[in-house]
Amino acid sequence: MKKYIDQGKNDTRSGYGAGMTELGRTNPKVVALCADLVGSLKIQEFIDENPERFFQVGIAEANMMGIAAGLTIGGYIPFTGTFANFSTGRVYDQIRQSIAYSGKNVKICASHAGVTLGEDGATHQILEDIGLMKMLPGMTVINPCDFNQTKAATIAIAEHQGPVYLRFGRPKVANFTPADQKFEIGKALMLNEGTDVTIVATGHLVWESLIAAENLENQGISAEVINIHTIKPLDEEAIIKSVKKTGCVVSAEEHNFLGGLGESVARTLAIHHPTPQAFVATQDTFGESGTPAQLMEKYGLNNKAIEKAVLEVLEKKA
Amino acid sequence: MPQLKELQDLATQVRRDIVRMVHKVNSGHPGGSLGCTEFFVALYNEIMELKEGFDMNGIGEDLFFLSNGHISPVYYSVLARRGYFPLEELNTFRLIDSRLQGHPTTHEGLPGVRIASGSLGQGMSVAIGAALAKKLNNDPHIIYSLHGDGELQEGQNWEAIMFAAGKKVDNLIATVDRNGQQIDGATEDVMPLGDVRTKFEAFGWDVMEIENGNDLEAVIAGLKEAKSRTGKGKPVCIIMTTVMGHGVDFMMHTHAWHGKAPNDEQLEVALAQNPETLGDY
Repeated sequence: MKKYIDQGKNDTRSGYGAGMTELGRTNPKVVALCADLVGSLKIQEFIDENPERFFQVGIAEANMMGIAAGLTIGGYIPFTGTFANFSTGRVYDQIRQSIAYSGKNVKICASHAGVTLGEDGATHQILEDIGLMKMLPGMTVINPCDFNQTKAATIAIAEHQGPVYLRFGRPKVANFTPADQKFEIGKALMLNEGTDVTIVATGHLVWESLIAAENLENQGISAEVINIHTIKPLDEEAIIKSVKKTGCVVSAEEHNFLGGLGESVARTLAIHHPTPQAFVATQDTFGESGTPAQLMEKYGLNNKAIEKAVLEVLEKKA
Repeated sequence: MPQLKELQDLATQVRRDIVRMVHKVNSGHPGGSLGCTEFFVALYNEIMELKEGFDMNGIGEDLFFLSNGHISPVYYSVLARRGYFPLEELNTFRLIDSRLQGHPTTHEGLPGVRIASGSLGQGMSVAIGAALAKKLNNDPHIIYSLHGDGELQEGQNWEAIMFAAGKKVDNLIATVDRNGQQIDGATEDVMPLGDVRTKFEAFGWDVMEIENGNDLEAVIAGLKEAKSRTGKGKPVCIIMTTVMGHGVDFMMHTHAWHGKAPNDEQLEVALAQNPETLGDY
């Protein structure tokens, strides 16, 4: 099992802030918008260094999405910032008409996704956002796993022409992606080669999958772990290649099993290489208040849940 | 600058285009289109500073955003007659494989259109964004937008109205088509808008009125006045009173023709009231 070193726990939203700081210094076309959550989105440094390229819109997310669409007309690359719930569900039609259908180069950057937002509870814990965004034609959907990858993804999406949904979170989590690793949109990352089962994971569940793989190795099970940071477009080739070798797959995500990564994987495999699959995801439920660790345990989103899913799917293997 | 008579002839021809387009496909929105004909003719042929050709970023020219996208017939007719795309293409309105979708879109690459609209209440936010981009680019040109009065019932407008005044977006002229009608009836019966002028003023806008939005001279004078008020720290709102269906007597003063096409006989009556001037498409 390949070893990964946690370089020090950090939050993915700070990775976004660090990416924005770098973009502020390197790309004069990048502008930032925020709906009263500058501190949560960690973009104060960008604002301090580029005050004329920052637009505080107040608690008015629909207006923010429309203004972002308008800013592209004139050549700018707007990055909108608010919580994932208010970045998607609250403004779905604005994104659909003014951004996606209009083909605008807006980067929708969404923090506090999923249950690991924690104590604020279900009003703020969106578990449907990946589904909402991946259904929009032309939308790229990215869910990086740690600080370094979120920073790299933030920088990479500025170079991509077209709308992007970039999803990240609140809690401090293991930071194991090499700081100099370039982010390639749509290119899955092989983290550990294995032969018995494929684990495809996204976001916070990638690190949990690595822990699970290590535990499984101690039981004599060889797990392949793939980081699917880009849910759309999905790296179908990498997934198909892996399951042809292992014969079964577990998908792992901090999202409802309806509409998430797991469904995209299932669709791909149903068409190209039908394969037994287990889903580590929330089971069509809302979240609740609690600590991130408690919630990941209760809603079956941690390394133990992944390990259990692997044992179950191995049973179904022909 | 074109003579007033030329613009009046153009307006009459645009009205013919509108009723012919919706008649052909037995769908579309003639009422608001006819009511805003003078506005579009004046804006695109007398008021806006426009470059030759079309590019999406529109740097170095005035830009227009249509928020109430259902009045696409008047928009398409005026764009075509201004040279943005071939006049014959008006024949394809609402047909399969057309660039002239029921509601305007950038998706099919129609020159002149910079945003999709149709789902109401989104255009002012987009216009503000484009106005901010003009400022970042040190481009002194103006952003114009048009909104239906019923459309002001959408809450996003008031987010945008608050932003534009609060952040001093003073290179924006937003016109409200105050025809007093919406699909289900009079605006004041469906959901009273009350005193639109006072509402905009309370948010911090510079507000003026065009009392007869179907008088071409009045519309031109009003738009010129609005332009002179830009750059003074406040966004400018024009409340423009129009008659829905103006120019076709049986379509006037009623919401009935908001989204309904004339039959063959009604078309003949409408065309007789608007004799051909510049040639039908």
